[in-house]
Amino acid sequence: MAKRSWVPLFWTLFSAGGVVAAFLIPIHIVLFGLAFPFGWLQPPTYEKLLALAKLPLARLYLFVFCSLPLFHWAHRFRYTLHDGLQAKHLDTLIATCTYGSAIVGTVAAGYLLWNL
Amino acid sequence: MKQKPAYTEFQPRLYRPRISFYWWLERWHYLKFMLRELSSVFVAYFVVITLLQIRALAQGPEAYQAFQTLMAAPLIVILNVVSLLFVLFHTITWFNLTPSAMVVRIKGKRLPDVLIAGPNYVAWVVISALIAWIVIGG
Repeated sequence: MAKRSWVPLFWTLFSAGGVVAAFLIPIHIVLFGLAFPFGWLQPPTYEKLLALAKLPLARLYLFVFCSLPLFHWAHRFRYTLHDGLQAKHLDTLIATCTYGSAIVGTVAAGYLLWNL
Repeated sequence: MKQKPAYTEFQPRLYRPRISFYWWLERWHYLKFMLRELSSVFVAYFVVITLLQIRALAQGPEAYQAFQTLMAAPLIVILNVVSLLFVLFHTITWFNLTPSAMVVRIKGKRLPDVLIAGPNYVAWVVISALIAWIVIGG
């Protein structure tokens, strides 16, 4: 029997994360990273934002927003080090660190959103 | 998979030129590829910022105020501007790749690339406006 490969799973997560990052991250940076700090737009109050984030759909949205793009990063960064910087001999270590970080981030997002 | 052919004593070694560590600086095309791959670092950076934001929201108004103060710090603002540029680069390259990833044929004719990439941009604008409206108005 052929050995099962993890590559398709990680590639799917990479691809899904790429879509989520492409569509959602720019507006988040514009709002929370630039428009609110610079005062271009009036930020929502703490109470309003908390109430919004507590909605089940918003929690799910934020979980997807955090988790999938981390796997996208893990996959790209792994292969950037692997091919770009020719660190092929360190592949096991790199893969463990990158996918491991993505898993840690996913668990952290799940924990934070569950207890929000 | 077939077994690897065994080496014999008289077989010449494969010619494998050494690739420079800086190969990606040699051509604009390579550099663009590397910058696109590096955009993922800024994607991860903003996810971490968002995780900090959710944690601050959970901790209370003072913690959230501290988060907002952090976001106005000059170093963070610079990082955010750079991140936005990289993430936009990711978005554009990602959308423009969709015609290669998804070939649509209608009556045997391949649909032009712009008709496959285009709707992504429209959806992107709509989704961004919707999120901004929910966050600011909601």
